[in-house]
Formats: sequence, C-alpha cells, structure tokens
Amino acid sequence: MLASVDWHVVWVRIAHPDHVFFLALTRTVYVAVIAQVIGVVLGVGAALMRMSKAAPLRFISGIYVWIFRGTPLLVQIFFVYYGANQLLGFTLIPNSLNLGFFSLDGAIVGGILALGINEGAYMREIVRAGIDSIDKGQMEAAKSVGMRYGLAMRRIVLPQAARVIIPPLGNEFNNMLKNTSLLFTIGVYEMFADAEIGYSNSFQPVEYFLGVAFWYLVLTTVWTFIQAGIERKLAASERGEELSFFERLQAAWNPISTWRVR
Amino acid sequence: MAGALMTDVVMRAEDVHKRFGRLEVLKGVSLDVQQRETVCIIGPSGSGKTTFIRCINHLEKVDGGRITVNGHLIGYRQKGDRLVEDSEKSIARQRTQIGMVFQRFNLFPHKTALENVIEAPVHVLGQSREQATEEGVRLLTRVGLADKTGTYPGKLSGGQQQRVAIARSLAMKPALILFDEPTSALDPEVTGEVLSVMEELAHEGMTMIVVTHEMGFAREAADRVVMMDAGVIIEEGTPEHFFQAPEHERTKQFLSKIL
Repeated sequence: MLASVDWHVVWVRIAHPDHVFFLALTRTVYVAVIAQVIGVVLGVGAALMRMSKAAPLRFISGIYVWIFRGTPLLVQIFFVYYGANQLLGFTLIPNSLNLGFFSLDGAIVGGILALGINEGAYMREIVRAGIDSIDKGQMEAAKSVGMRYGLAMRRIVLPQAARVIIPPLGNEFNNMLKNTSLLFTIGVYEMFADAEIGYSNSFQPVEYFLGVAFWYLVLTTVWTFIQAGIERKLAASERGEELSFFERLQAAWNPISTWRVR
Repeated sequence: MAGALMTDVVMRAEDVHKRFGRLEVLKGVSLDVQQRETVCIIGPSGSGKTTFIRCINHLEKVDGGRITVNGHLIGYRQKGDRLVEDSEKSIARQRTQIGMVFQRFNLFPHKTALENVIEAPVHVLGQSREQATEEGVRLLTRVGLADKTGTYPGKLSGGQQQRVAIARSLAMKPALILFDEPTSALDPEVTGEVLSVMEELAHEGMTMIVVTHEMGFAREAADRVVMMDAGVIIEEGTPEHFFQAPEHERTKQFLSKIL
C-alpha cells in the first residue's frame, strides 16, 4: 500500500510545483481575500441593520442570516453563479469581467460573490457580538460631546469593537481559504482544481491530494502568523494588558488559550 | 456667587415626568438653573436624580413636561400643540452646548488623554487639529495633567481619568456641565483632586449641575442644594440651610446617613 505511493511525485508537488499550480494558488488567495472583504462589509452592514430602530431593516437582516446560514454553501455557489442572472433578469455575473490590468472569469466573479454573501451572514453575528461587548457608556459619552450616531459608531465604537472582532475574523478567513476549494465545482481553476485535474490524469490520489493539502496548510499557517501580527498591533494601544507577539501567537494557535486570553 | 444679580436662566425644567415601564421615576420635577450657578442635587439612590440630569441632555427621553437650555427646547420640537422628538442632527447640535461628566468616566480607551479631549472639537465642531491640540493641552494643564497628554486612559488612575473627562467636556465650551456622581466610582484618596478641579470651575463661573453625595463640595462650591426623593424635589436651599436647618423629615434622615 505505502509502497504503491510514488513519493517522488509527492515531493515534487510539495517542493517544486509548476507554474500553473502557482497561478492556481494565487487565485485561491485573491478569491479568499476579496470574498472576505465583501463578507466583512456585508456583516457590518447587516449588524447595524440588526441593531437599527427600524423594524424593516431588522427584518431584512434576519432573513439574510436565516437563509445564508441555513442552506449549504455549495448550493449557494451554484445558485448565485448559474441562477443570479436568470433570477434578476439582468447580467449581474458577466462571462468575463475586464478590470483593465487583468480580467476575471465569470465563474470567479460568481464564486467570489457567493462566498462573500455567505460569509456576511456569519460575520454579522461576530460584528454584533463585538459591538455589544463595548460598554454602552462609550456611545453615551460620544453623544454627550455632540456626536451623531454614525460618527460615534465610526470613530468610537467600531474601532474598539474591531479588537474583539479580529480574533474570530481570523478564524473566518482561515475557513474562507479552505472553502474556496468548493469553487472547483463551478469551474474555477484554483488550487484544488489543479490537484483534481492532476489526479484524473494520473490516478495518483495520494500524491496530488497530499500535495495540495500541504499547500493549504502553508496558506493557513502563514495566515496564523499574519493574524498574530495584526492582533499585536491592535493591542498596542490597549489598556495596560498588552500581549507579546509570542503570547498572541499562542493565542492564535490554541483555541483554549484564546478563550482564556479573552 | 453673586446670587441676587443672576437672572439669566441657562436650564429650565418644567414638570418633567419620566417612567421606565410601570415605574414612574420622575413625577414632575421643575428646576431653574441660572448662569454661573452651581446646583448640587442630593438624595437617596432611586430618587431619580441621575435620571433627571440625563434628561437634560436627552440621554433619556422625557414622558411629560419640558426642558430648555439657553431657551431652546431639548430633544423635542413644538408641532401644533404637542411635542415631537427632534431630529438626531439637532439633538446632537444641542448636546454640544451641554457637557456631561459620567460616574464611570467613559473615556475613549483607544485614544490618548489629548485625543480624548480634541476628538469632538475636531470631528464635531470642525476645528483644525492644531487649534484643538493647543486648546486641549491648555485644558489638560488646567486640570493638572500636562504630563499625561500622550497617556492612554488604561494607564491613568481613576482621579486622573475623571479629570481628563472634565477637560473633554470643557473643550466643547459648553453653556452648562452636568456631573453624574463624578466621584462615587473613585477611591477616597483621589476624590479630592477631582473635587478641587470642580470647585475651581464653580468659582470661575461655570454653570454646573452636580449629582453628588459630597456635602463638603456642596459647602465649598454650591450656590444651591436640591434634595430629591421618590421622583420629586422635596426641599431646596443654600448649603448652609441644609447643614443647619433642614426642614423635611426625609432630608434630615438622609443627611444623618451621609454626613
């Protein structure tokens, strides 16, 4: 069994992947980043709607989360990519999107949109918990010096909530990096697609899937380090309880210690 | 404290009512505060004194009666013969005239002492950063914190934080400052530093409404003391009156507990 594995191929997939693989890796990364940004924007918007005085806004926010957390991501991806244009009656997702310096395939646009919208539903709860964790006195103090709600949110509440939001946001992005692999199913040539096609041509599943698993691990590990750095920066102005880079790293690695730190 | 000469009313409350659900917290409170006057509001907890001053800058909505500051109705607009809540924009504009110092300071923890002070002058009043900084440093110096401009609230003692909070409200050049039990969250050894800043302010002629149990402060700085109980004002007079000859039985009881 072990003997049938061609370890040389595994080694090549890990240490010397070809140019096409690196293009696929790049695509995985930028799809995840753009989708996460969309998710954060939608999440903040939906969280503010959820806390609004206007019942219709609260209702829309509730429906959004209900649908996108209650149905499979894969179904959403297919629905958005194949169904959005039909449903809306206009071309939301083009065959190809030309951005001047480079162009995006329609499947990538649809995939990013689906991942982003799905992510927004999860981010809403994270953002809301972050805002809720800020003492009500902060909003009152901001109002008492004449700030309006929007300004107080932007300058006083959200920057403080960001510190609470960043650790779970990091976990969300970790998931996002891995969820991009689902876009293989609508024909996006990302890392998993590269591995899957390699496997179908060679019938060497261990070699190709072990190789791609390694590279997902590289991405999520690099992200862990970046996240620790961001959290350290944010902590710099925190009240007295500044954590060292090492402690942040530990916190990011270990969910149990994260719990204790917070 | 030339009481007899003061005629300009800064804050006027007329028959203010407020309820939280079925609980009626304010049952018709009326009070005039003149320019340059310092009024202390005392009373047992639950008497409605904090709720009352929170109504003055519309952090609480009133259910009846009206409050004006410098002649402007707070939080509401007259529409025909009834009052409707004012727009958020004009409520915010009115609040720039009314400073507030909170029991728990409520400084912005992600901003330094100086940034706390200049935040609203820059982002609400539209002052230039240089101008606001110059004024902010002057105010922090005035409250004795010239060396703490770059310090975050988390590294300041309670007394220092409360002095920053006072500087923050002074930076808006308000017509009136409300103090909501400004020393009751402080260690006894630092209440003095906050009270002496407040006494200076009072002597310089700032118009102040102070919810407090510090009768020493009332004696030093107050022009008038107001005793509230169960949502109404039951007695008012000079600090001397309260020390020497309180009339109401509730007042006597209350004072015997805190003095």
